[in-house]
Amino acid sequence: MTTDSSMPDPTAGPLTAGETPPPGDAGTADRKRLSKWRLYGRRFARNRPAVAGVVIFVLLVAFAVFGSTLAKYDHVELDFLALSDPPSPEHWFGTNNAGNDLYAMVVIGLQRSLLIAVVVATGTTVLSAVIGTAAAYFGGRVERVSLFIIHFLMVAPTFLLLAMMSNDSGGDWRVIALVLILVSWFFQARTIWTLSLSLREREFVHAARYMGVPGLRIVLRHLIPNIGSLLVVNFTLGVVGAVMAETGLSFLGFGVKLPDVSLGSLIGIGASSISSSPWMFFFPAAALTLLTVSMALVADGLRDALDPTSAAGGRA
Amino acid sequence: MTTPVLSVRDLTVSFPSEAGRVDAVRGVSFDLDEGRTLGIVGESGSGKSVTSLAVMGLLDDNARVGGSVMFEGQELLGKTDAAMSKIRGNGIAMIFQDPLTSLTPVFSVGDQIVEALTIHDPKISRRAARDRAVELLRLVGIPRPAERMRSFPHEFSGGMRQRVVIAIAMANNPRLIIADEPTTALDVTIQAQILDLVATAQRETGAAVMMITHDMGVVAHTADDVIVMYAGRPIEQAPVDELFADTRMPYSIGLLGAIPRVDKAEKQPLVPIKGSPPLLVDLPDACPFAARCPIAVDACRTSEPELVAVGGRPDHRAACLRAEEIRAGRIDGGPVYPVPPVPTSTLETVPRELRRPTLEVENLTKSFPLTKGSFRKRKIGEVHAVKGVSFDVREGETMAIVGESGSGKTTTLLQIMDFARQDAGDIRIVGTSVADIKGGRAERDLRRDVQIVFQDPVGSLDPRMTVFDVIAEPLRTVGLAAAEVGPRVDELMDLVGLDPAHSDRFPAAFSGGQRQRIGIARALATNPKLVVLDEPVSALDVSVQAGVINLLDELKVRLGLSYLFVAHDLSVVRHIADRVAVMYLGSFVEHGDVDAVFDDPQHPYTRALLSAIPVPDPVTERGREHIVLTGDLPSPTDTITGCAFVSRCPLYQTLDEPDRARCEQTVPTLTGRTDDHVNACHFR
Repeated sequence: MTTDSSMPDPTAGPLTAGETPPPGDAGTADRKRLSKWRLYGRRFARNRPAVAGVVIFVLLVAFAVFGSTLAKYDHVELDFLALSDPPSPEHWFGTNNAGNDLYAMVVIGLQRSLLIAVVVATGTTVLSAVIGTAAAYFGGRVERVSLFIIHFLMVAPTFLLLAMMSNDSGGDWRVIALVLILVSWFFQARTIWTLSLSLREREFVHAARYMGVPGLRIVLRHLIPNIGSLLVVNFTLGVVGAVMAETGLSFLGFGVKLPDVSLGSLIGIGASSISSSPWMFFFPAAALTLLTVSMALVADGLRDALDPTSAAGGRA
Repeated sequence: MTTPVLSVRDLTVSFPSEAGRVDAVRGVSFDLDEGRTLGIVGESGSGKSVTSLAVMGLLDDNARVGGSVMFEGQELLGKTDAAMSKIRGNGIAMIFQDPLTSLTPVFSVGDQIVEALTIHDPKISRRAARDRAVELLRLVGIPRPAERMRSFPHEFSGGMRQRVVIAIAMANNPRLIIADEPTTALDVTIQAQILDLVATAQRETGAAVMMITHDMGVVAHTADDVIVMYAGRPIEQAPVDELFADTRMPYSIGLLGAIPRVDKAEKQPLVPIKGSPPLLVDLPDACPFAARCPIAVDACRTSEPELVAVGGRPDHRAACLRAEEIRAGRIDGGPVYPVPPVPTSTLETVPRELRRPTLEVENLTKSFPLTKGSFRKRKIGEVHAVKGVSFDVREGETMAIVGESGSGKTTTLLQIMDFARQDAGDIRIVGTSVADIKGGRAERDLRRDVQIVFQDPVGSLDPRMTVFDVIAEPLRTVGLAAAEVGPRVDELMDLVGLDPAHSDRFPAAFSGGQRQRIGIARALATNPKLVVLDEPVSALDVSVQAGVINLLDELKVRLGLSYLFVAHDLSVVRHIADRVAVMYLGSFVEHGDVDAVFDDPQHPYTRALLSAIPVPDPVTERGREHIVLTGDLPSPTDTITGCAFVSRCPLYQTLDEPDRARCEQTVPTLTGRTDDHVNACHFR
């Protein structure tokens, strides 16, 4: 009784005959079928804010990679004639109280933060998605062992333990990224596991199993795409969270160490002198805001593009 | 003429939506007299439930309601919610569709009935209310009512809960009972009990009943007058006999032709109504059914026909320009709907014994352990879901397993699909025993031969995959070259009656019937020999259901498939199956050729099951003898020493002491006069 065939459903519209063949395609025989990815691409491209997000993100990356070639100073170079100077033609973003050029520091800081953030967000999302869904799909021993590890990590003071470990490494950003992945994947994995439990019982998963599709492929092809929206949100929040966590580590003295800088450590230093030299806070904070806003816009666009039931209504 | 209990005039309901204003109900008028039953039939989205909610004043605040609803001389529309609350549950009572959610889980059923009484009569004493509640529970047939007063809803089965809901509805002797699909969520034997009970409630209280349903059989069984609704409008309104005997509107004719009949042996293709109902947004001034109507003329598309009296009878009204030309479902000497030819297969001429078996099941057993404790799970018992089931399905044959929910029919299917190894039995698919499967490769090869179509057309398709990917998945799994996948998908979509050009859409863009066709296309992708169908049409509206059934019939003949079909709808089974097994509590109680079982049922359970199905023909339906089973299915955790059906068996009641002992102590085996039609009853 519960078909939606007659519901006032705007998505029922596209099946009218008139608009069916995509323009430019002559016969049905050699018609080019849209692949799923091209479909997603089209839907994403139609979303203006999302495209703006991509543009901002690309500009930020370009700034981080090529910004240093424009810099007049190196970020470790000290200009003793300009201590705590406001922005000027000489020092575009001003200097700090030791005479470091803030422009150069923001470029380097953004580089570090971008790397850490993207690596950490990708790492946690992939790790949590695979472990969470696999635990739910395979059940049995796989589930018990993964849940045991997840629950153990949730009660252990992981952050402190791993902060110590990263301290020993002397502030290497790769170790910091690894540490951040290890302390944040399991919360998401737990959420994904609960969501996948209901997904596991859905008929299309049974259908795939009865077609003989191997288990791991079912996890990758059916379970993970169906929690796609959650993963996308996790990823963007992960980028923001990683920058925050790295700031936290730096604040405790366990993060990136001078002379290396990150957006987090720059903001930390800038915040303490915001009334006397606001530019020290303002420029790194602006870079961070642009980064998070662009990620949020991209995430929104991705979620709508990937979700067949979103406003786009399953249309290309 | 007394004033009618309920008098509705030009009722309109519209909702705002993003796509525009949705006109859910567009001008419904009727009078309902005391003691009469009005059946409102229609498919999902036809506005029948919205009509009842409008009468009850239960619509959302954003709904705009127009027209007039007079209940015992007072206008209900425009009353405040507080004023309506005095009428709801008192003058007008409602029975909802889902008994599982219409009772509050945290209060005992006794408290809920007492609340219904005290809220409308604050002067009633606790004791009097309690006594009345016990009396009501006894009236609706709850055994040991005084004790069960303290039970919570989860301690009752679905049928029992619906009884409690009816007891609450009857509590204040309402003048009008609105029953919104009261039996849709229930099994047929329970449905028969509940329909009887609604009739009892009506007799006890003298109330008028508004019966909302999609089932023409239920209408034929209960209603005095019928309104058929389509796209928010009544399109035919008549006394029940008149409507069935002399149907005038093409949609009603199609609706009646679309349902398979449990009492008809000859195979006729069902009448599918092509297309789907229109969106109720910005409807043009035209007959809303014109696009689907086989006899539409140009005038149908220029103005919407009024509901007018036809055939010189003031009480039979139809909204069709050609209603006067249509007599009893025929126009110009021919049927309104051209009936597609019956597909016949060359295999049908080959005797059954000579055809190859595609599936052989021998002594299939499945039990689930009952465990207790959260840390270390201890086994405290077993649920025997399936107990020693044996059957075979031959080439070009449809084998159906019928039974109520909890009978183990779906478990049987899943065991076969899981290729579950049996301790003391075997499953052989096209001659290969599942016990011989070694490794994933061999399993995948065998899976090509057996595929499944699920019940839920929404849940069985991955919403994140395009239809192309959905249908291509089995092809890719069996390792078909990428270049061959595309043409094969187009071919499959064509085969199930879908436009291959739509293959790059997501399932969400398709209607329920179309999605089920996609599911069928996917199942056929690997050219299986056996297709397992798990209630493939039960989630579809009748007019759509007919199309899918016809498609299954046609595919079987064209591709020489065998079907293993599981259903609770015996009418569908009668239509589609060649052989049928009736399942009760994990075992077959009757098994044989479909016509033999349906025309000459042996086992008392089969008889009850068949008689419980309402036939969509008021004359036959009311003349039939109904065997109404008492009680529910026993819990599968109980240990039953003898015949599982003893607790509900009408035959057992008539036996003398030694015979009863035999029923209680000895498990009956499947025997029969011929090997082809067997039943598990000691005395048949």
